[in-house]
Amino acid sequence: MAVRHHDILPLGQRPPLLRLNHVDKVFNGDVIALRDMNLQVNQGDFISLLGPSGCGKSTALRIISDLMHPTRGKVEWEGGQGQGDLGVVFQEPTLMPWATVAQNVWLPFRLQGKSYGEVKDDVLEVLRLVGLEKFLNAYPRELSGGMKMRVSIARAIVTNPRLILMDEPFAALDEITRHKLNNDLLTLRSKIGCTVIFVTHSVFESVFLSDRIVVMAARPGRVLSEVTVDAPYPRDEAFRTSAEYAGHARRASEALREAMGEHA
Amino acid sequence: MSLADDRSLALAGTRDEDEIRRARAARIERLAKWALPVVIMGLAILGWAWIVTANEIPHYILPGPDRVWDSLVNDWGMLIEAAYLTGWITLAALVMAVVGGAGLAILFNQSKMLELSFYPYAVILQVTPVVSIAPLIFIYVDSKIAGMLLCAWLVAFFPVLSSTTLGLNSVDHNLRDLFRIYGATRWQRLRYLQLPSALPYFLGGLKIAGGLSLIGAVVAELVAGTGGIGSGLAFRIQEAGYRLNIARMFAALALVAAMGVFIFAALSVLSHLLLRKWHESALRKEG
Repeated sequence: MAVRHHDILPLGQRPPLLRLNHVDKVFNGDVIALRDMNLQVNQGDFISLLGPSGCGKSTALRIISDLMHPTRGKVEWEGGQGQGDLGVVFQEPTLMPWATVAQNVWLPFRLQGKSYGEVKDDVLEVLRLVGLEKFLNAYPRELSGGMKMRVSIARAIVTNPRLILMDEPFAALDEITRHKLNNDLLTLRSKIGCTVIFVTHSVFESVFLSDRIVVMAARPGRVLSEVTVDAPYPRDEAFRTSAEYAGHARRASEALREAMGEHA
Repeated sequence: MSLADDRSLALAGTRDEDEIRRARAARIERLAKWALPVVIMGLAILGWAWIVTANEIPHYILPGPDRVWDSLVNDWGMLIEAAYLTGWITLAALVMAVVGGAGLAILFNQSKMLELSFYPYAVILQVTPVVSIAPLIFIYVDSKIAGMLLCAWLVAFFPVLSSTTLGLNSVDHNLRDLFRIYGATRWQRLRYLQLPSALPYFLGGLKIAGGLSLIGAVVAELVAGTGGIGSGLAFRIQEAGYRLNIARMFAALALVAAMGVFIFAALSVLSHLLLRKWHESALRKEG
């Protein structure tokens, strides 16, 4: 059993994992994509970055994943960052079409120089976790949109990363599939105890999934407020229709309206 | 409930008229794909024979199909030897075009400076007609074979270079980001990401290069003439023309055409085999 389970401590007791310190990002000298973003990510957090387009959600993810350097400020990992510490899921499944499901999931290990034989058990295990163990040798084009996304998620967790970044991963899926994948994502999280930063523009998705919602505003992109969703996990379909859920959704909506309001 | 079940039972295994019509159309098309070109070919040969006999055209101006066939049979030994030489030059040039074209594309891709320096010259080589360069080549290159290879290579390598370059640069940007996040080395990115992405483009260029290397070989033969190294098909066509042996010209021409078709078919099969599992172009369309 190579995929480790981490215990998720209650909010407020979680050890820090990563810190964004006064991060600014300016494009072309005058477009402020991100202004003074401060965020502490703790181990076990499920954080949603919620906001309108242009609020810098994706810019923040690109800076955290080191695809982009901040103009000013710093990203600090507790204990430094190593290869395989980060898993990512993009809006598109982003699979290599010429490779089978198993080969796609193997990729992060392959880039670390590990042979398939060495990590085969891990690959099989994460595919079992996302319910695709029967599709090991299928090619991406043989899979549905939701299944491709599951492969993408399996690839993101296979190295047992300290942090998983998800950039609107379910936005392009139909609602039934999206609900199913949201449920499965929470089940997965309870099994392996991963830390997630999840970018979304859906209030309902963010309330259902996360325990911290970071609300961002646009022009200039910045963090406006944080909404805590202290409903206990596991959350299931019943939670979606509960009064508690509705209350959190209302608070998040109000925060988002405030974020939109200033420039709407 | 039972009504619905009865209905489902009755529906099982039935095909409606739309489906039957579509299946019939598909069957006819499959047959016509082969049959129609064959019929057209037969009609053209009959028409050709009729024109020649009806107008009593002398065979040294336009031989009938029967004479061309006779020439093909009688001169088979000589023609096949010529085809062997032309085919050999074409194939060798194609292999060199693949190595040179794809190799240059990879080099250019790895070094922007190299690309900026040399790509314009690759274009100049390509746009200058090979017929006009060939005579110069044979002045400076002593070996006829080497000269012919060089000619054929010059025309064939560019499509491989340009399409492979395009392919190497057409990597999905999210996959490129993913490789960066996972700390892929330059070599890993090339091997696991860029080369597979470029494969369909490369194969497209290869198909064009196959036809062009034959053209290059033919042009080279015409310019080189024969120098005691045996003679290819193009040289045989020219020689038969001097002797007014028009039938042999047609016979040799038919072999050149057959060779071109064979190269195209072989490369299409190769492309299909390499892409059938994953690439859109190899998928059967439905509906």
